[in-house]
Amino acid sequence: MTTFSIAQSLDEALEALASGARPVAGGTDLVVGSRQGKAPLPATVIAIDRIDELGGINLDDNRLRIGAMVTHAQLMVDPIIAGQFSAIADAAALVGSPSTRNVGTLGGNVMNGSPAMDTGAPLVVLGATAELQTTSTSRQSTMDELWIGPGTTSAADDELCVALNMPARPANSGSAYVRLEYRRAMEIAVVGAAASVTLADDGTIAEASVALTAVAPTILAVDLGDSIVGKPLNDATLAAVADVASETATPISDLRATDRYRRHTVGVMARRAIAAAARRADGETIAIPVNRALGIGANS
Amino acid sequence: MHQMNLEVNGVSYPVVADASRNLLSVIRTEVGLTGTKEGCDDCECGACMVLLDGQPVNSCSYLAAQAEGRAITTIEGLAEGDELHPIQAKMLELGGVQCGFCTPGMIMSAHALLERTPQPSEEEIRIGLSGNLCRCTGYAKILAAVGEAAVEIR
Repeated sequence: MTTFSIAQSLDEALEALASGARPVAGGTDLVVGSRQGKAPLPATVIAIDRIDELGGINLDDNRLRIGAMVTHAQLMVDPIIAGQFSAIADAAALVGSPSTRNVGTLGGNVMNGSPAMDTGAPLVVLGATAELQTTSTSRQSTMDELWIGPGTTSAADDELCVALNMPARPANSGSAYVRLEYRRAMEIAVVGAAASVTLADDGTIAEASVALTAVAPTILAVDLGDSIVGKPLNDATLAAVADVASETATPISDLRATDRYRRHTVGVMARRAIAAAARRADGETIAIPVNRALGIGANS
Repeated sequence: MHQMNLEVNGVSYPVVADASRNLLSVIRTEVGLTGTKEGCDDCECGACMVLLDGQPVNSCSYLAAQAEGRAITTIEGLAEGDELHPIQAKMLELGGVQCGFCTPGMIMSAHALLERTPQPSEEEIRIGLSGNLCRCTGYAKILAAVGEAAVEIR
């Protein structure tokens, strides 16, 4: 037996969580998981998808704030996200199918904590923090602090992810997310990589970051060292990025790929993500998602 | 047990069911409309596709109680009396139906696509139907039917 209610306000949802209820947004992880026998549906469930305070995409001079209940369908077409935070739009456009993207939310994706989640690596390279709220507290958690294992977060049971925040983008910056996939829809990343690049006035790489999908217990940030920063983008520096990404990965073998295959291909994805991010940083428009625009991943 | 009021195809249905029940089973059992199919029951195949406020949703993986207050549209809601919806008519005319099990879900996804994209490219039709599997491998005729229905509707 499950008790169910629909929260009409953030306060109502936070009070329910403090009393032991668990939140449901689109249900694409929670409900599917319960039907697969992964975890039974919680005894008390509160729907949080109709709370106005959890919607909205707002950019000011310093910061982007994405409400936790913004859906993947909204993210992939939003002009701010697609234009300036493109890696998130690239990832959102690859999630599931049109129906999954209509009900699936960024906050739900983040709090489900899958190491294969598509929106995770983009959030890491864009320096995002999760805004976690209770009836009496509010704090920002880095993604690294939040994700502590597959399907596990450090958030307390009464904390609700209300938004994802990240710094406004510097000039001459671009980002991209690519993934290796066997089919185009209802797919889970075999491996994936997000990259963010800021170009210096002379065209060299002033700043760069890379994060990897599905090659570790959580989304993995890569320490790029001196592989590319301060250098021009060319075959040698791209190869160095691929090498450091492959060396950082600690993949497992499962039904989607072997560990060796993942270690190699995640380097290829990192290289392609950096190259696409640098093209965007240089002012080029590459359509969302990069996977389709550049013919990466499944053909049909 | 949870009391809910579900609006399906413009008709209001008072339902009493456990809150853990999915929308698919409540539509088929309590509401009594069996056009919506259960395929994989795992959010993979799209046979259970219905529209919630006009947007496609896998009803096998959506809580029935969470659909309260939203307009639910099923395959039974598309025809006008005895007159089939153009997508239904074109699916029959062009042989887009083989065993028929995926057909209601395909049509609901196609309907949502044509509402937001009245003149879709073939690529847009493929993306619109990308959450629907057909195991008779009838995709070519399904794509053609949706394309021709789009022409007929406008």
